[in-house]
This record gives sequence, structure tokens and C-alpha cells, in this order.
Amino acid sequence: MRCGDFKTTYAADMTIFESGNARIMLGLFFCLLFTLPLYVPGYLLDIINRIGIAVIGAIGLNILTGFTGQISLGNAAFMAIGAFSCGYLGTKFELPFYLCIPLAGLIAAFSGMFVGIPSLRIKGLYLAMATLAAHFIVEFLVVKWESVTGGVAGLSIPSPKIGNFVFDSDAKLFFLIFIIAIMSVLFAKNIFRTKVGKAFIAIRDQAISAEVMGVNILKYKLLSFGISSFYVGVAGALIAYQAKIISPETFPITVAIDYLGMIIIGGLGSILGSIYGAIFITLLPELLRMGTSSLAGSFPELVNKLAAMKELVFGLLVIIFLIFEPSGMAARWHSIKNYWKLYPFSH
Amino acid sequence: MDVTFLLQLIINGLVVGSIYALVATGFVIIYKATSALNLAQGEFLMVGAYICLNLLSKYQMPFWQAILITFLFSAILGILIERLILRPLIGSHLISVIMVTLGLSSILKALIQLAYGTDTIPFPEVFPSAPVQIGPIPVSQGYLYAIGCVTILVLILTLFFKYSKTGVAMRATASNQQVALSMGISVKRMFAISWAIAAIVSSVGGVLLGTIRGGIDMSLSFMGLKVLPVVILGGLDSILGAIVGGIIIGILENLSGGFIDPLVGGGAKEVAPYIALILILMFKPYGLFGKKKIERV
Repeated sequence: MRCGDFKTTYAADMTIFESGNARIMLGLFFCLLFTLPLYVPGYLLDIINRIGIAVIGAIGLNILTGFTGQISLGNAAFMAIGAFSCGYLGTKFELPFYLCIPLAGLIAAFSGMFVGIPSLRIKGLYLAMATLAAHFIVEFLVVKWESVTGGVAGLSIPSPKIGNFVFDSDAKLFFLIFIIAIMSVLFAKNIFRTKVGKAFIAIRDQAISAEVMGVNILKYKLLSFGISSFYVGVAGALIAYQAKIISPETFPITVAIDYLGMIIIGGLGSILGSIYGAIFITLLPELLRMGTSSLAGSFPELVNKLAAMKELVFGLLVIIFLIFEPSGMAARWHSIKNYWKLYPFSH
Repeated sequence: MDVTFLLQLIINGLVVGSIYALVATGFVIIYKATSALNLAQGEFLMVGAYICLNLLSKYQMPFWQAILITFLFSAILGILIERLILRPLIGSHLISVIMVTLGLSSILKALIQLAYGTDTIPFPEVFPSAPVQIGPIPVSQGYLYAIGCVTILVLILTLFFKYSKTGVAMRATASNQQVALSMGISVKRMFAISWAIAAIVSSVGGVLLGTIRGGIDMSLSFMGLKVLPVVILGGLDSILGAIVGGIIIGILENLSGGFIDPLVGGGAKEVAPYIALILILMFKPYGLFGKKKIERV
């Protein structure tokens, strides 16, 4: 029985999969995941697709907020930038989607780095306010810059296609979204095995010590803003493809708060946590809808109050997690796993 | 340029600005005492307005009774929130405190929406609204009452912080918690009192806004985000700054609404305070009156 940490090399400490078992389980999970479109109905597939997109966005935000310690309330704005640049490139220049998505990510990344420039001078709650202001300014620009964004009416986005193959159904988009999502998870996992990722964590834990150790703070903070906004921008582009019509109302400030909730509930500074949080928060309104529709017979007024109920439960969950499990679902899962690993001799 | 139009805009800005100043004062009191950033300030305002409305129109109370009960309710709300939600988080990371107030704001918003729906509810007329002529321009009496209320409240707060024992204890807590503790001040009690005062002050803002606009709806909660530029301009830890900042931002907002909106077709009024926020953070991050904290990383 394994009852401790017996790693003797750095390579063993850095490994992603601790045992062959984990590899097999992951392989089985992928088999299950990629056969989902065969037997899951369209409505559920739509939710699953939204989960995939939320995973990408939540990982992006976690890189910035959870790993580098820079609080951002502006991720809905970067998402909007990604979505609208994807739409603009796709409709005006008729670029194929495999160029649109990375370009949308890059545009979002550069705007993220631009917003991140003041992060050297201001931090903590001042940075939170600056990113919040950036959100409202981007919202204003999206409404006003009609030649690019279509203004209040919005932009309708053609379905992505390769050759004659068009991703026009939820099942086809599923593969596009989840291949990108898996690439994002792998890339994020690997960032934190490199110098760059360690520098992010050093900045979060103690910026002054990090600088003394030779970490160029401005460079790595901007890099963190860039990588994070790239993820968020890609998520925005995928939202555009999934929703087919995007308008300024697609990305309100509540989206940014939802994403912050995901990484708080999932676990700050944990890739796995971002995934749990994304799944949980995306499922929350759906679960509530199911719950209320089953009660609709006896309480018909509940259905109209769904939006308010979602807000209420969301707020309660965020507060409960912050007070009782500040490290989120990832930490809780870890401790449950450890408990059963050593059962019945756990302490 | 039309001078009356300009004056009208400035007076409107002054009125809205004085309400901003009030809400920002609540914000600064909490920040000073507990160094928590309360993003649920706008929801305090909204809850106060709805409670007062309920008392006025449903129970037909006279205004002074209704406002006293609103104060009492707000104070209890503030204390409960501090006791149940903020106190367990003392000493935890900044993002936790920011997020917990965001969670709180969605709870309060959801509760109001569940109880009153999203439609605009007319607010009973508390102050006579017939306009008075000041120089060349007509000004609604409600505006004058609003400015009067804000001035009186700010005066009371100033006297409270200057002369009352609790006020002095709160200032001591704000300046150094350890010293305050060793002098026998219950820092936790001061935290609770500052949340209560912030909730009361915001509820006055909500009631005043309700009477000026003639109706209240969920959009009142945006006021909480509107005061962020105000507190940044004034300096996060200065009550004087909150008042001056509130009036400046209120006037700025109305001027850009009057002069820039016709050029770009609306929206500039809402975004101007945030552009100001970014500029202030770039050039004067501690605001007009804020305490400078030098830190080089």
C-alpha cells in the first residue's frame, strides 16, 4: 500500500500521471467522451459543448487569477473581443475557422496584455477595478463600432467548415470544441512544468522574492495576461460558432462573475479545479431547470423565477465554498481520494 | 454654448453626485475599517430603497417612521452580513473577500427579484416636486431636499467620527488594528459597526434615488459599480475624497451625457466614469486624498 510520497527524482515529481492506472483511466474516459455524440440527445450535447467551452475559459482565467494572483473582472470583455474578431475575420475576410480561432485568441491576447500593462503599478483590488473598467469600455466599443461588430443588432457567424465538411450540428461542433479543450488542458498542465509557469506561481506567492530571484515581473505578468486572454479569446470564438449570432448582450459582466465563481468553486490554482468548476457552474442552471420543471405542477410560479434562483444558488455556493472550502472542489476531491487510498488506516 | 443647458447639467450632476458621494462614503468606511472591498454596496442601496418603498406604500407609514425602520433594517442587515460572511474570512486572501461580496450581491439581487420582480415600481412622492426658480433655471424641489439630506448626513458622520467614543475607536481601528486591540477596543465590534453604518448610508442613497427618479427597479444595483470610479478618484481611504470625488464624477457623467452623447449616439454617459477611472489609476493611483503607500515591485 502506498502511504506517502516516495519520489526520488525531479522527473517523478513533475510527472503528470502518477501511475499507469491513471493513464488507463484517462484513456477510458476519452473513449467514453468521444463516443458521447452517438447516444446523447441533441439538447444534452448542447450543454456538454457549453461545458467544453467553459473549461477553456475557466482554465484561462485560472492561469491569470489562480496561478499568477492577478484578479481580473474583465474576462467577459476578452471573450467578447475573441468572439467578435472571430466573427469579423470569418465574415469580412472569409478566413477558414482554423485561422479564425487562433487569430481571435491572439487579438484577445494582445488586448489582454494591453490591459495588463498597468498591473506593474497597480495590483490587488486596484487591478480588479481597472479590469472592471476595461470591461465597460469594451462593452461600449462593441456597441458603437458598428462596422466591425454589427452594433446592437449583432453579428451572425457562418458555421465553420473544412472543404465540404460543415460543422453545422451540435454533434459535429462537439468534436471541434473538445479537441481544442483537450489541447488547452494539456498545454496548461505543461506550462506549470516549465520555467514560465514556476515564475507565475512565484509572482503570486511573493512578488518581491520572485524579483530578487531574477524573475522579470513585468514580462511574466504580461505573459500571464497574454496566455490567459488567449484562452478566453478562443473560448469566445467557440461561443460565437456555437451561438451562431452574437450581440453585445452575449457577454455581460455576469459572465465574468460566473467564470470567477467557476475557479473559486473548482479551486484556485488548479487545472483540474477549473474543469470541475466549469462543469458545475454550467450544469447549475440546467439542474435547477430540471428541479423546477418537476415541481412546476404544484408551484407554477417557480418557472418564471429561474434566473433569480440561479443567482441565489450561485451566490450561496460561492460564499459557502469560500468560508468552508477555500481551496475548492479539487482539494476536496483530493482529500476524499487520499482517505480511501489509506482506508481503514487513514488519519 | 447654451448657458442654461450647461447649468442644468451641472445641477443634475451635483444631485446625482451627492448620492454617489453618500454611497462612496459607505464604501470607504468599510474599506478603511476592514480593508475589504465591498462590491455589494449597490445592493445595500437597492435593498434599502425596496424596504422603504414597501413600508411607505404597503403599510402607509409616514415618511419619518418608514425611514427609521429602514435604517434599523439596514443596520441589522449590515451586522448580520459582517458576522456571518465576512468575519470567517478575516485574514484570507484579497480575491476571497472580493468574491464573497460578489456572491453576496448576487444573493441580494436574487432575493429582491424573487420578492418584487424586475418591473419598475413607482416610488411614492416624499418631497414636493414642484420646481423652484434659482436664477435662470428651474430646479425640482426634490433635488434640493436630496442635496440637503446628503449634507446633513455627512455632517452627522463627521461629528460622529470626530467626537463620539465609538467614532474615535473606529478611527483607531482603521489606523492600526493591533494598537486599537491593545487599548481595549473590540476590533470585531468596530468591523460590525462599520458594515452597519455603510448599509444605512447606502439605504439613504437608495431612498433619495427612488424619490428623484419616481420609481425603482433592479438597475439600482449598478450604483455599486458606479461608485468605484468615485472612490478611486477620491482615494480609497478618504471620506472627504469620497464626497469630492462623488460630486466630480456626477458632474462629469452628466456633462458627457449632455455633450458627447449626441455626437456618438448615446452610451458615453455610462462609460465616461470608467475611462476616468483608468486615467486616474494610470496617473494618480492613490486618488486626490488617498494615503500614498509606496511599494516597488
